[in-house]
Amino acid sequence: MALLEVSQLDVRFALRQGEVKAIRDVSFTLERGERLGIVGESGAGKSVAAFSLLNLIAKPGFIAGGSITFEGQTLNTMSERGLRKIRGNRISMIFQDPMMTLNPVLSIGEQMVECLKAHRRISSKEARAIALDKLRQVQIPSPEKRLDQYPHELSGGMRQRIIIAIALLLDPDIIIADEPTTALDVTIQAEIMALLLDLCEQHNVGLILITHDLGVVSQVTQRMLVMYAGRVIEQGPTREIINDPQHPYTQGLINALPQMATPGEKLNQIRGSMPSLSNLPSGCAFHPRCDFIKRADGQTRPVCIEQVPGFVQAGNCQAACHMVAELMEDRRLKEESQ
Amino acid sequence: MTMTTKPIKAPSRFQRFSDSFLWYSFKRDRTAQLCLAVFICLVVAAFAAPLIAPTDPYDLRQIDILASELPPFWIDGTDERYILGTDAQGRDLWSIVLYGTRVSLLIGFGAVILQALLGVTFGLMAGYLGGRVDAFFMRLADIQLSFSTLMVAIVVGAVVKATMGSSFYSQYAVLMLVLIIGLAEWPQYARTVRASVLAEKNKEYVDAARVMGLRSKRIMFRHVLPNTLSPIFVISTVQIANAIISEAALSFLGLGMPETHPSLGSLIKAGFDYIQSGSWWITLIPGAVLVVLVLSINLLGDWLRDVMNPRLYKG
Amino acid sequence: MIAFLIKRLMHAVLVMFVISVLAFAIQDNLGDPIQQMVGQSVPESEREALRERLGLNDSFMVQYVRFAKNAVQGDFGYSYFYREPALSVIARHLPATLELVFAATLIIVIFSVPIGVYSAIKPRSIISRFFMGVSIIGISIPVFLTAIVLIQIFAIGITVSIFPESTGWGAWLNGLFSTQGNMPSFGRGYDLVHVVGHWDTNLASWNGLKHLVLPAISLASIMLPLFIRLIRAEMMEVLQTEYVKYARAKGISMRRVYFVHALKNTMLPVITVGGVQIGTMVAYTILTETVFQWPGMGLMFLDAINRADIPLIVSYLMIVGVIFVVTNTIVDLIYGYVNPTVKLTGKPA
Repeated sequence: MALLEVSQLDVRFALRQGEVKAIRDVSFTLERGERLGIVGESGAGKSVAAFSLLNLIAKPGFIAGGSITFEGQTLNTMSERGLRKIRGNRISMIFQDPMMTLNPVLSIGEQMVECLKAHRRISSKEARAIALDKLRQVQIPSPEKRLDQYPHELSGGMRQRIIIAIALLLDPDIIIADEPTTALDVTIQAEIMALLLDLCEQHNVGLILITHDLGVVSQVTQRMLVMYAGRVIEQGPTREIINDPQHPYTQGLINALPQMATPGEKLNQIRGSMPSLSNLPSGCAFHPRCDFIKRADGQTRPVCIEQVPGFVQAGNCQAACHMVAELMEDRRLKEESQ
Repeated sequence: MTMTTKPIKAPSRFQRFSDSFLWYSFKRDRTAQLCLAVFICLVVAAFAAPLIAPTDPYDLRQIDILASELPPFWIDGTDERYILGTDAQGRDLWSIVLYGTRVSLLIGFGAVILQALLGVTFGLMAGYLGGRVDAFFMRLADIQLSFSTLMVAIVVGAVVKATMGSSFYSQYAVLMLVLIIGLAEWPQYARTVRASVLAEKNKEYVDAARVMGLRSKRIMFRHVLPNTLSPIFVISTVQIANAIISEAALSFLGLGMPETHPSLGSLIKAGFDYIQSGSWWITLIPGAVLVVLVLSINLLGDWLRDVMNPRLYKG
Repeated sequence: MIAFLIKRLMHAVLVMFVISVLAFAIQDNLGDPIQQMVGQSVPESEREALRERLGLNDSFMVQYVRFAKNAVQGDFGYSYFYREPALSVIARHLPATLELVFAATLIIVIFSVPIGVYSAIKPRSIISRFFMGVSIIGISIPVFLTAIVLIQIFAIGITVSIFPESTGWGAWLNGLFSTQGNMPSFGRGYDLVHVVGHWDTNLASWNGLKHLVLPAISLASIMLPLFIRLIRAEMMEVLQTEYVKYARAKGISMRRVYFVHALKNTMLPVITVGGVQIGTMVAYTILTETVFQWPGMGLMFLDAINRADIPLIVSYLMIVGVIFVVTNTIVDLIYGYVNPTVKLTGKPA
């Protein structure tokens, strides 16, 4: 049994205009020490997925269905008290913007010690010692001094290091990192990412990395999910998806990378933009932007507009696309006839 | 998308209003509707006082001194000529409260118009011109606010009264109160306007206007000011309520309207002397009217703030 | 920190300068000390000589400098009415006002924080809605009217007889809504305990405390709802921030999230507003003391206005100015203590 198992997760926001389905039918697993990437444009539901794992979505959001199982315990039905024992302890989080994440009026030491003391019966002195040790691990210069400093006295990169140290404080099983480097300077991004990867490997910590950066995902994670408009549209081993994406959307994403462009020519971009969650197109949510909606004979595939695609196996990957399903079917028929 | 099929007609003012979120949320908010209704009733009744009121309380000949301190209709021993009873001078309470509300509203609105004129002008100058002008006006506002507006009003009122003499002060009391409360409260507007000017100033349309070679006065009044209107609108409601309370406070201290020409505040003050003898209505009926008036304005202000949600100056 | 203090001090000096110029201008224009010192019968030539001797013919600047010098040394002139130094008149009235302000502040602090925090945490609960409703009514009632209503209910008493007295429940309801009205509503009472100097306290005897109750509630009545609403609004904003979300993600208890992470950030703007409101509170003491005939500075000031006792008016303004400056400085220091970002820059971030 996997360490973390998410199945058919369904998250909604009860707004004045009606319910908005932020996440639908999201399923994945994470093994101990495994690193999983969740990729998608902003608004695809990545962050909502991350926050819903620990039941941290703010009202009016709520988990409407599905289950999240961690070591056999169902998190989504667990009491606040039970969840509190897991949050920060077994599963910790790294937020997007280090400038906003730390409390401006509490010292770094206080924010680290309180986390330790919430989960372990230890003295403040012991807690400080552990905090100091973790600060050393994240390679902060003069760590002793940092404990008594306040967030505003530190740079963004330094703060994110501290947040990584806090995430590691209680030797968790899983770290959920929500765009941990997006808000940082480009020069520091790689450094912080390498540090996080290194520490996760060292401590055998599972990592769920939420990002829109395909480069980072390909370097850090072993498996990945691609999300679009609240659904997972492709999943599988990272290397295979990057090298041979099946879903037209994933293909578009990878083609849009600057590295993929021919010098002197326009970047390849996916036309249009992601639909609003409150007003999704029928059938496959990607169909208005899809270049493969027409068959070879020039006919529009009606199924794309009428039916939400299910997953089809393509090698080690799964893609939710009618076109891929057709291709696979053709290939199977061809193989059978041979 | 529809552009090709038919030309877009600019919506009329009325249509724009009826489509707006303001009107939408007003239709759904019972409290706001009730408050507006109460407020309008009070304003109409107050300004129609000479038509509605059974007696003219300013006319000494209509006062029956023997009929003083009569209780309102629901208590025994009333004279049915006076629904709400009479005050210590034998004036019909219903009439005098109507006239008093009119005085309170006049001063409240007058003072707020003055505050807004001063505050908006100073705030625009401070925010737009910056530098010394800004430092000067904001320092002044700081000092005045740290001294509290009511305090400033009381001191100015006291000094003016001492300089000009009581009779002169009473004669021009309405004008004096408008001036005093107007001068005391301008910093609220100035700060709010300055804050939103600073927010607007760096936006592109202001740059564009400057690049086009418009004069700064024109940019200020034609381009920046309209964008600061919604916070001005919101604080105006609170300021009217405050001005009415300030007027009442000044009158209560004897620095406001004279008893011969009373506002709600001076009616409360006059009645307070009789509360120990059991004639509570002389003070509490004008008091209740004052509270209902201020409360309806405050609730409307609360609603407006929720709907418009402007970034107001804090602290 | 030192830069911060120096900045504060400069501000204080500026404020005191402005106040003193205004105060002096009032004195210069309104008071004719000669008139007060000598009778009508003294001939003009003698008056002129006296005027010359007292330096009243000097230029405005020279006179102001003399006035400021004296003021710094604690000499604010003689009260016309009390015929003693204005400063000692004020010193006699100051403790009563300070005790009243202290009691009101206590009420405000004790009630505003828990109610404000609760209604921010549970904004939709019935209790929160109730408090919000009551607080907007509270803001809409002027202080002196609250005072009058309190006097009517608790000092004079009300007799309710709208329910039928003959039935048991009617009598019970009438009794429930009627009040006896035996609370004192006039002055400070007979049982003051002497502390030191001019300071007799209301706080050390039952009778004294009873006299303090109604004035203190009245004075608190307008600030309390203001602070409840302010704390609620700020707290609700803070609860939306990333760092509060992050604190929850760390698995610390909600109590700690609310009362350490959120409350500390909530209190920053509240402290700033509190500093400004102290000024308003002093203004309201004038109203409260007038209604309750509380023998403090406010009542003294109003009497001084009615008696045109210019030196006393001027001294009151100067002393109130000092009180504002001192309290504002203390408030800023507290702000700096709570907000770590202040220390480095000398400016709140």
